[in-house]
Amino acid sequence: MSGYTPELKELIKKVEATRPTRVERARKNQHFPALTMEQRKEWLNKYHPDYKSDGRRAVKVGPNKGEVFPEEVVNLLESRSRITPKDIDLTKIDYETDVLVIGAGGAGTSAALIAQENGCKVIVATKLRHGDSNTVMAEGGIQGADQEGDSPYYHFIDAMGGGHFSNQPDLVAALTNDAPLVLHWLESLGLMFDKYPDGRMLARHGGGTCRRRMHSAGDMTGAEIMRVLRDEARNRSEDIKVLEFSPAVELLLNNEGRCSGAILYNLETKEYYIVKAKAVVMATGGFGRLHIQGFPTTNHYGATADGIVMAYRAGVRMKDLDSTQYHPTGAVYPEQNVGLLITEKVRGLGSQLINIDGEEFCFPLEPRDIESSCIIRECLEKEKGIMTPVGRVGVWLDSPMIEALHGEGTVRKELPAKCIQFKRYGIDISKEPMLVYPTLHYQNGGLQINDKGETTVPGLYSAGEVTGGVHGRNRLMGNSLLDILVFGRRTGLNATEYIKTGVKGSRGQGVKLTLEHVEKFEKELKAAGVKEPVVGPMILPEYTPDHVKKRQWGVAC
Amino acid sequence: MAKDKKPIKPLATGDKTIPPEGAKMIPIYIMGREYMVPETLTIMKATEYAGYQYMRGCGCRGGICGACGTFYRFLGDYKLRSGLACQTVAQPNMVIVQLPFFPSNRPSYNLEKLENSPHEELRRLYPEVFKCVGCGTCTRTCPMDIDVMDYVALMKRGDLKGAALKSFDCVMCGLCASRCPAQISQFTAAMFVRRLYGKYILPTAEHLKKRVESVKGGKYLKMLEELTKKNTDELKKLYTEREREPDLAEPGKWMPKDASHL
Repeated sequence: MSGYTPELKELIKKVEATRPTRVERARKNQHFPALTMEQRKEWLNKYHPDYKSDGRRAVKVGPNKGEVFPEEVVNLLESRSRITPKDIDLTKIDYETDVLVIGAGGAGTSAALIAQENGCKVIVATKLRHGDSNTVMAEGGIQGADQEGDSPYYHFIDAMGGGHFSNQPDLVAALTNDAPLVLHWLESLGLMFDKYPDGRMLARHGGGTCRRRMHSAGDMTGAEIMRVLRDEARNRSEDIKVLEFSPAVELLLNNEGRCSGAILYNLETKEYYIVKAKAVVMATGGFGRLHIQGFPTTNHYGATADGIVMAYRAGVRMKDLDSTQYHPTGAVYPEQNVGLLITEKVRGLGSQLINIDGEEFCFPLEPRDIESSCIIRECLEKEKGIMTPVGRVGVWLDSPMIEALHGEGTVRKELPAKCIQFKRYGIDISKEPMLVYPTLHYQNGGLQINDKGETTVPGLYSAGEVTGGVHGRNRLMGNSLLDILVFGRRTGLNATEYIKTGVKGSRGQGVKLTLEHVEKFEKELKAAGVKEPVVGPMILPEYTPDHVKKRQWGVAC
Repeated sequence: MAKDKKPIKPLATGDKTIPPEGAKMIPIYIMGREYMVPETLTIMKATEYAGYQYMRGCGCRGGICGACGTFYRFLGDYKLRSGLACQTVAQPNMVIVQLPFFPSNRPSYNLEKLENSPHEELRRLYPEVFKCVGCGTCTRTCPMDIDVMDYVALMKRGDLKGAALKSFDCVMCGLCASRCPAQISQFTAAMFVRRLYGKYILPTAEHLKKRVESVKGGKYLKMLEELTKKNTDELKKLYTEREREPDLAEPGKWMPKDASHL
């Protein structure tokens, strides 16, 4: 039984018809010509969502006023608060703590653990469950220079090169210096790393690495990291209180401009709570669920840019927020696999990208941003994409070529997880191609921080995907799991230091909490002529179909 | 706002389902109420198509976070089935309920200071594990196809390595625990056992320990600081001239020609 519809099966015949010739050419090392440097530039400018001027506009207010970001992001940066500040009595505190961590993925949880180890009481507020995050979805691994022939020095150079030298150097130095510490920490927490019998870590190459420093725990490294960190946080529940389904919706400053807590929203009872804290760590993750320009995403359900929205209102500057990583090959069929990442390895093993007529249209191993542009061009300009039954478009990724090139059984051996994920729906990817299209994968930009994890607002720290600068405008595989842990730990530690060095003064008692920054921001919105701003943060994505919406009579928003 | 310029409209539509004209519609029963949804959707997307906006019961949407454990039956069929809502295709006459949370037993412990041997600790914290009646319902229930009963048996026997490896794919959805007649929280016990295995049974990485000492001694700080001061051209040169460790080199044996930055 094949999972493809009869119509799609008919189209696959065209791929099969040209396959023998293409395999023959590939054997002779004859490939579709790669783009020239000039073409690359043109393709990027015309088709890559990051470069196109359509779908982007300048933000009218706030610390990055005048800078151009994707429209979906700007709409939220220019959003109005969910609350009315003047109606809220900020002297009635519901929770008081040393450190408030907003977000409970890998970055937030590691910040909480380290702050607790240094004597702090911690509250972790999270929108969904503890651990619902992009962290759990990271399959590939975590980088760290622990092998004898490697060092943070080389890791630094790799990360900078991968980011087209646009990374913030002090952050890259922190990232690469701390990497062995992070691996060791995880090992001591009982993480099941892939190891040789003598305990040596298995280390592989990743895209753009000059040394083998990709460490893994099966093909679910992120999930293993998350469940270990979460388990440890639960062991320390006397000091680390986790409030699930309670997203922060607004930061609180004090009369000295220091970040001093947040307002939380109980999604179930719809109550708001006031949390007073001596320091705050923002670790809310990325924005994939904004579906920039309609793209599907590999991100989890909660990736809606909440942290950016709150922090922006509180005056935090954003860095590289116009830069998004699109992975060229996300599955678009079957429907249940939409957004599923099809690893670069598939093309590394020789699969080509094929259009509706069974033709090659690009070199299959261009850099990620270029490859994405080629696919978008083929579908939207050349109109040679393949339409799925539910109206998505994609191109073929001809995985059966791998069997022809490397022998029968190679697909199963080299891509076991992908085989299972398609077999489940009646598709044997060693015999039939996959349908793919670029998918929104990673938020490169975010809150501007320094190597201590400090933002431009005192008392507000930030770590992980919500920040910008660590990876520049392009991230290497294996550096995001590392990023969340390095900066999660650093923010936990530095927030503690900040509290310890100034408690008796302004950071402790006797300060007044305020939401004046929110009122001021809304005045700015008005002055800038932003009409009917949306309400932010978004909190939950909405996939309600139109036929249902039309019947939701009387629902205001 | 000037909105004359029409952006090129990508046909991809995020996660919102737009069925093609003439799509076959099938009846499903979400908590007993009938909805017509296009075929081929997952239970999760079918539920959204029906008009639900998830708050609980939805996480990664990729089969790894365990938020969307689901039970279902087909009308007229006695058999209770289970799966993850984001991975299971909705079929006609499915009667569906998700289980976004299940109370589980999870005693706290200090991994650094175990009071007994690992196996004894398991017995102390999870005595109920040793009361497994061997019915196999957990195994039949697991949406990840883990042989849960088997790893419970390994735990009882003291084969913690076996139990850790066998339970490794667990997404901690809790469906196993919800069906256990012996009231075992298999998935939390397995989490404990995996950490015991990772910390006390799996050998530690000696090369990593050494590297950590160097990092803690500040060995790389100066090197890294020098790098942060280099301009793009200097970095580009270092980047393009760097040696690449061969893919098949013996682990830990390969050395670059210039060892001054190790």
